[in-house]
Amino acid sequence: MAAGSSSNWVMESAHDVPHVLAVDDNLIDRKLVEKLLRNSSCKVTTAENGPRALELLGLTSGGQNTMNDRSKVNLVITDYCMPGMTGYELLKKIKESSVMKEVPVVIMSSENIPTRINKCMEEGAQMFILKPLKQSDVKKLTCQLMN
Amino acid sequence: MQNMEVDQMQRQYLDYIKSLFLEGFLDGQFLQLQQLQDENNPDFVVEVVSLFFEDSERLLNDLTFALDQKGIDFKKVDAHVHQLKGSSSSIGAQRVKNCCIAFRNFCEEQNIDECLSCLQQVKQEYCHVKNKLETLIRLEQQIVAAGGSIPTMEFSF
Repeated sequence: MAAGSSSNWVMESAHDVPHVLAVDDNLIDRKLVEKLLRNSSCKVTTAENGPRALELLGLTSGGQNTMNDRSKVNLVITDYCMPGMTGYELLKKIKESSVMKEVPVVIMSSENIPTRINKCMEEGAQMFILKPLKQSDVKKLTCQLMN
Repeated sequence: MQNMEVDQMQRQYLDYIKSLFLEGFLDGQFLQLQQLQDENNPDFVVEVVSLFFEDSERLLNDLTFALDQKGIDFKKVDAHVHQLKGSSSSIGAQRVKNCCIAFRNFCEEQNIDECLSCLQQVKQEYCHVKNKLETLIRLEQQIVAAGGSIPTMEFSF
């Protein structure tokens, strides 16, 4: 179930296939979100924590973008509860960056906590999705991305 | 052309999976997993379930260790339970997930006795669902080996 989404956003690149970065510390959830996204015709890169995600996005100091320039990320989907850097903190870092701040960030959580949801939306999250993820959640997400 | 044997296996499979839902071992999330399986990923369910087994066994060991310490770090215990709750929820292992919910409450209360009791319960529920899933997968494999297709359950509840 998706709660709260801002207006539709448009893919920045002219690529046909959205490239999604999925961040989750749970192995099973990573596999699941990856499959759900692939089923919605997305290219997927996964990361198991915030720092790794920032590295892949080229947002770590040193600024080395480890992903091919042609594979610019169109969407970041991240778990909220992660050890070390939370999904919220990752969201903030992305929104604070000049390069990546336009990239939509979706937060996933197993806990339906209104203050948590509001906090994320205020920080610029595109959507907040409750776990466990279903095909319908991801389809809704990718439809918005493609329009 | 389907023979009677495959028919029978399919019926047995449907009865079995229905019972797992009725008895609360599995919930709708498991059906989500099955729906993700396709020609490109014909073993998706088995792969995810296997990951779940590995991950859970590791977590249960970590929990046993953490609760065995003189000075229990409840934050750590809670973190492990949170992981187990997450994975069991994602594959639809409802009873395991529910055990974890109760377990987390006792972690918050720092109630050692109840935590130990929860650990026992979650281990038991894990064993149950592991056996059930292994049986289910075996039934699926038998059907496929006999040339049949795995029937989809009509989920009206």
